[in-house]
Amino acid sequence: MRSNASQYELVAPGSLDAVLALLAAEPGVWTPMAGGTELMVALGAGRLAQRKLVSLWGIDELRQITASKDWLTIGAGSTFTDIRQDAVVAKEFPLLARAASWTGAIANQNRGTLGGNIVNASPAADSPPVLLVYEAEIELVSAQGSRRMPYSEFHLGYKRTVMRQQELVKAVHLPRGRRLPVEYLRKVGTRIALAISKIALAGVGAMHAGKVSAVRIAAASLRETPARLSATEAALLGHALTQDRIQAARQALLQEVKPIDDIRSTANYRAHVAANLLEEFLEQMAASES
Amino acid sequence: MSAAKMQWPEIRFKVNGAERSVSVPPMKRLLDVLREDMGLTGVKEGCGEGECGSCSVLLDGVLVNSCLVPALQANGCEVLTVEGLATNGALAHIQQTFLELGGTQCGICTPGMMLAAESLLRKNPQPDLDEIREGLAGNLCRCTGYMRIIDAVRRASQTPTSTAASVREETVRK
Amino acid sequence: MGDMSQTRIVGTPALRREGIDKVTGGARYIDDIALPGMWHGATVRSNIARGAIKDIRFGAGIAWDEFVIVTAKDIPGENCIPLIVDHDQPVLAETQVNHPEEPVVLLAHPDKARLHEAVAAVEIDYEPLPAIFSIEESEQQRTIVWGEDNVIKHFLVEKGDVDSAWLRAAHIVTGEYHTGAQEQLYIENNGVIADWSEADGLTIRGSMQCPYYVHRALLRVFDLPTEKVRVIQSETGGAFGGKEDYPSMIAAHAGLLAKKAGRPVKIIYDREEDLAATTKRHPSRTRYRTAVDREGRLLATDIQVDLDGGAYATVTPTVLSRATIHASGPYFCENIRIRSHAWATNHPPHGAFRGFGSPQTIFGIERHMDQIAKAVGISPEEVRRRNFLAQGKTTATGQEIRDAIDLPGMLDRALKISDYEAKRLRFARENATSSVIKRGIGVVSFMHGAGFTGSGERYLNSLVGMEADAAGHVTVLVSSTEFGQGTNTILSQVAAEALGLSCEDVSIAQPDTQRVPNSGPTVASRTTMIVGRLVQDAAYALANILREKKLLGEGYSAAGFRAACATYTERFGALRVEARYQAPKDIFWDDAAYKGEAYPAFAWAVYVAEVAVDLRTYSTQVVNFYALQEVGRVINPLLAAGQIEGGVAQGIGYALYEKVVWKDGRMSNSQMTNYIMPTAVDVPNIEVYFDETPCEHGPYGAKGLGELPHDGPAPAILNAIQNATGINFTSIPLLPEDMYLRMVETPEPGTMETVECVK
Repeated sequence: MRSNASQYELVAPGSLDAVLALLAAEPGVWTPMAGGTELMVALGAGRLAQRKLVSLWGIDELRQITASKDWLTIGAGSTFTDIRQDAVVAKEFPLLARAASWTGAIANQNRGTLGGNIVNASPAADSPPVLLVYEAEIELVSAQGSRRMPYSEFHLGYKRTVMRQQELVKAVHLPRGRRLPVEYLRKVGTRIALAISKIALAGVGAMHAGKVSAVRIAAASLRETPARLSATEAALLGHALTQDRIQAARQALLQEVKPIDDIRSTANYRAHVAANLLEEFLEQMAASES
Repeated sequence: MSAAKMQWPEIRFKVNGAERSVSVPPMKRLLDVLREDMGLTGVKEGCGEGECGSCSVLLDGVLVNSCLVPALQANGCEVLTVEGLATNGALAHIQQTFLELGGTQCGICTPGMMLAAESLLRKNPQPDLDEIREGLAGNLCRCTGYMRIIDAVRRASQTPTSTAASVREETVRK
Repeated sequence: MGDMSQTRIVGTPALRREGIDKVTGGARYIDDIALPGMWHGATVRSNIARGAIKDIRFGAGIAWDEFVIVTAKDIPGENCIPLIVDHDQPVLAETQVNHPEEPVVLLAHPDKARLHEAVAAVEIDYEPLPAIFSIEESEQQRTIVWGEDNVIKHFLVEKGDVDSAWLRAAHIVTGEYHTGAQEQLYIENNGVIADWSEADGLTIRGSMQCPYYVHRALLRVFDLPTEKVRVIQSETGGAFGGKEDYPSMIAAHAGLLAKKAGRPVKIIYDREEDLAATTKRHPSRTRYRTAVDREGRLLATDIQVDLDGGAYATVTPTVLSRATIHASGPYFCENIRIRSHAWATNHPPHGAFRGFGSPQTIFGIERHMDQIAKAVGISPEEVRRRNFLAQGKTTATGQEIRDAIDLPGMLDRALKISDYEAKRLRFARENATSSVIKRGIGVVSFMHGAGFTGSGERYLNSLVGMEADAAGHVTVLVSSTEFGQGTNTILSQVAAEALGLSCEDVSIAQPDTQRVPNSGPTVASRTTMIVGRLVQDAAYALANILREKKLLGEGYSAAGFRAACATYTERFGALRVEARYQAPKDIFWDDAAYKGEAYPAFAWAVYVAEVAVDLRTYSTQVVNFYALQEVGRVINPLLAAGQIEGGVAQGIGYALYEKVVWKDGRMSNSQMTNYIMPTAVDVPNIEVYFDETPCEHGPYGAKGLGELPHDGPAPAILNAIQNATGINFTSIPLLPEDMYLRMVETPEPGTMETVECVK
C-alpha cells in the first residue's frame, strides 16, 4: 500500500443533484469515483494524484436499467453484474452481457461500473467496442443540464474525452429494435479470465441476396481509443464475401489500425490477430444466409 | 496525527452480524479497516490491486475485493468475512469440505476462496464445472492447482446429508 | 521400514493438522501479528543496475527526525549474507550496487502510512557502470561483473568417451533450448518482525522455509553468539523455494532497524516490491549434441548447460549442480559429457524455485528426445522406451540405479491412462481438415533426485528431537517447516504410526531455533524421506527407552503408552530422545570429479499433456493432463495428489503464461495484473496416479515428491504443441506472440531446427 489514506478526502453527497452541485461549485477539484476498481488500484500503487474524491456509489438514479419503447437506458452506475443480470440486455444486447462477463472476474464485476469503464477511457476496455457496434448514445449531465451524443463521438484521443470538468456520465442509451442477425464478439487476453484485453473485436451485420447489407465493426486496443473500423466496413458493405473480398477487408483492417507494443503484447500480433478475428466474424456472416 | 483523527467520518456497518463503528479516513481500504480496526486478520492482502482475491469479503451479500473498497462506501453495509462463516463454533459446510478434501494447502488464499465459493453457491446452488471455475476465476491459488478446491465446492453444493459418489479417484496402485 | 506391510495411518488421507485454523481464518501469518510498540520498516532500493554510490541525500518535506535510518555503517558484524560463496552478497550496498532493487537504506517509523513517501524522498546518486543482462553477454566476458570471469560456478561431468561416438553414429542431432525466469508467486509476500533487546539479543518471526539458514546468517551480520539469535517460523503462505534464502536478507534488515530503534520492527513487502526485488528461477540455455544409432539408441551425448545467476551467487552453485546432474534425463548412455556454467549478470540474484535447476535441463532433454525421435523416424514414446534407465544401469555420474524401476511399464500405463495412441490418431485425422484448432498430445519421462546432492546430507547432519509428556502426548521437534506442502501432517502420521498412537496424540512444535534442533532446510524434496525417517527412528528410540525401563512390552496399546509415559516422567524426569542422520555406508560421491551416487533416491515419472492450439489467436490451452509417478510410498494420498496438481499448474504457467519482462535488468511487469499465472479457468483436469516401490531410505518406504511435478509439464506441453503444429518450439514461456512470430513472420522452410548428419 503505497499511499497514505489520511491524505485523501472522499465525500458522499448521496444524490446526483448534490454531486453535480459540488462539481459545479468547485470545478476541477473533485474527482468522481464509482466502484473504485480503477482509482483504488492507483491508490494502492501510490499513483492517485487526485486528493479529493466524490463518491457516486449508492446513488440509485445512476444505477437504474430501464427499457422504453425505443431505448434501453443503462445508468452509468450500473455494475457489470447488473448488466449481466438484466433480462433485456440478455435478450436484445447479448454482446454487452458477454463483454461484462469478461471484465475482470466476479468481484470486479460486482463493483466496476459501465460509467467508470467509459470515463477511464482505456483503449483496452471491454464494453466500448460493443457500445460502438450497437450504436449507443451517451448522456452527460452537469448542474447546467444534460447533453446526449453518439458514443462514437465521445473519445477524442488517448484518454481524452469530450467531457467537461463538471460533467458526469449519466447513462448509456442503446437503441432497441435495430438488431442485426449476426453478432460477434471475441476478446483475446493474457489468459481466459481475469485478463486485460490485448485485442477485442466486436461485429454485427446482415447479409442480403448474397451481399453484405449492413456491417459495423469496432475494436479495443487497436487505436488510441475504442474505435469503429470504418475503412474495413467500407471494404465490405455491398459486397459478396468472396475470398478476394475477405482478403481486401483484411488489408483494409491492417491499414487502418495502429496498435502498439506494450507490456502485454506486440503491435504486429495485435494487428494480425485482429485480422484473423475479422475473418472469423466474416465466416459467421457468410454462414448466416444459409 | 491524532488531532486530524477527530475529523474522520464515522463508518457504521455490520460485520459478521455485529454492529460496529469506526472513525477512519474515508479512503482507508476496507481491507485495512477489517484487519487493523476490527482485528479480522482472516482477510488477507496478496496483491493490493484486485487481482488475487485473497481480500475477498461479501459486502451486502456480494463478493468484492476489499482492497479496492474505500471505507466510506461500506457505510451502512453488511460485511461477511471468513470469521463469520462458522456459526456457534460449527464449521460452515464450505469450510468442512475445504478441510476434508484438501482444498487448503498453505491457507493464505483460503478465506477469500471460500467466500467466493459461498457467493457462488448462494446464487447458484448446483453449479456445473464451468460455473465453478468461473466463480473462482478471480481467486488465485498457487499451491493446489485448483483441483481440490473445485472438489470442495462441488461437494459443498451437495446437501450435507447427500450420499453422492465421491468426487474423483485419487490414486492408483500397481 | 522398506516394505508395504499394513499401516494404520501412513497411507491414509489424514486431515491437515493445521487445517482448521486455515479454514476459520485463525491461522496467523506474520502480517497478522503485531508486537507491542512495534514500528514498521521499509527499504530504499537502487534504481539502476550497476554503479558506484556517490551520495545519499534525505530530501525535503519529510520529518526525518521521526524516522530510524539504517545504512551499511550500522551493521555490527559483517555486511554479507553468507550462503555458499562467502563475502558475496551484502546486506546493504555500501560503495556499489550490482542490480536494480538492491537494498541501500532502511527506514522505520511508527506509522506505516508515512513510509512510502519517505522512501521516495531518499535520493541516491550513482556513477553508472556498464551492466549486462544475459547469458550471452556474460559469457563474452567483455564486461566483468562478478569474480574474475563472471563464472559463479562450473561443472564438468564426464562418463565414458563421448568423442569416440560421433563417427559411428547413424544420426547426430543437435538442439538449443531456452527457459525464462519464473517468479514463485507465493500468495503471501515476504515479511518478518524483528525484536531486539540487550538481554535476549535478536528475535525474528517470519515467513520462511529455513529458520536455521536465517539463524546462521544473523550470527554473522550481528556478530552474536548462537544463543543470542532466535528465529521462529510463523505460518507461511506458500514458499516454493522463494523463501529459502531470501528471508535471511529481510530478517537482517528488520533486525538492523529493531536494534537501532530499540523496539520491534515489522517489514512486509507489497506485491510490487516482492516481485521486483526477490529471487526468481534461473533462466537457462541448454545445448544438446547427441549421437544415436539406426534404432535410436543413445551412443553419446554432449550437453552444455548455462544459467543466468543474477548479480550474486546465493544458491546458484547448487542449482547448477542439480541442473547438471538431471540434464541427461532418465536414459542410459555410456558416453556423456556435461559442461555447465552459471553466469553472473546484473539482474537481481536468481534463486531457488521448485525443481531447482532440473525443470530447466529436463525441458532441454525432453524436447531433445522428441527431435531425436523425428530424426530417426520413430515415435517419441519409442525413442524413450529404447533408452530408459533400469535397475543396474548407471546415470551420467555413474550412479547405479538400485530401484527396481520399470520405466517401460510406467510408460505403457501412462499411454493407456491417457488414451494416448487413439488420441494421437484422432488428432492427426482431425487436424488435417481443421484449419483453426490443432490438437496434439505429448509425453515426457523424467526423474528427480530427492535429498541433497552427494555428500550434502552428511554435511547437513540433520538432528530431530522427540518428547513425550506425562499424559503421553508426543511432540516432534524439527526445524522442518510447513508452508502448505504438508510437513506437519506427514511427520505426525509417521510418528503416530511408529509409536502406535493416533495423529491427535502427536504435535509438531513450532519451528523455533530456541526449541528445535536443526533437521536441515525444508528444500530439495528431502523432508518426508530424510527428516521423516529420523522422526521414525526417534519414535522407535522413544518406545525403546520405555521398554528398557520395563514400562512397555514389545507390543502395547495407546493406553499402555500413556501409562508408561506417566510413570517414566514421574520417576526419571523428562522423556526426550534425539535421532541424528546416518549416511548410508555405501554412498560414494566424489565432489571433485562429480562422480558417484548423486542422490540417495530418485522419484520417476511419465507425464502426458493434451493441448489445443488456436491458430487464430496463436494461443494454447492445456486440455487434459495425466501425471503418473513412482514415489516410494505415499504417506498421505490427499496431500501427495495436491502436491502433484499444484506442481503441474506451476509447470503449465512456466510453459505458457509466466513471463518476466525485463527492462534494464529490472522486472517491469511487477504487478499481478501483468505477471500472468493460471486461474481456475486455465488449469485443466489433472489426473494423478502413484506407483509405490518402497525405498529403503525413507520412512515406510517414502521418497520425495515435492519438486518432481514441476519438471514434466513444460516439455510435455511443448511436445504436444509440436505434435499439433509440426513446429519445434524450443523456448519457454511460449506466449501467443512467440507462436505468431514463428508461424507468420519467420516461418522456417522445414519443420525441424536440428542439424542432421546422416552417414
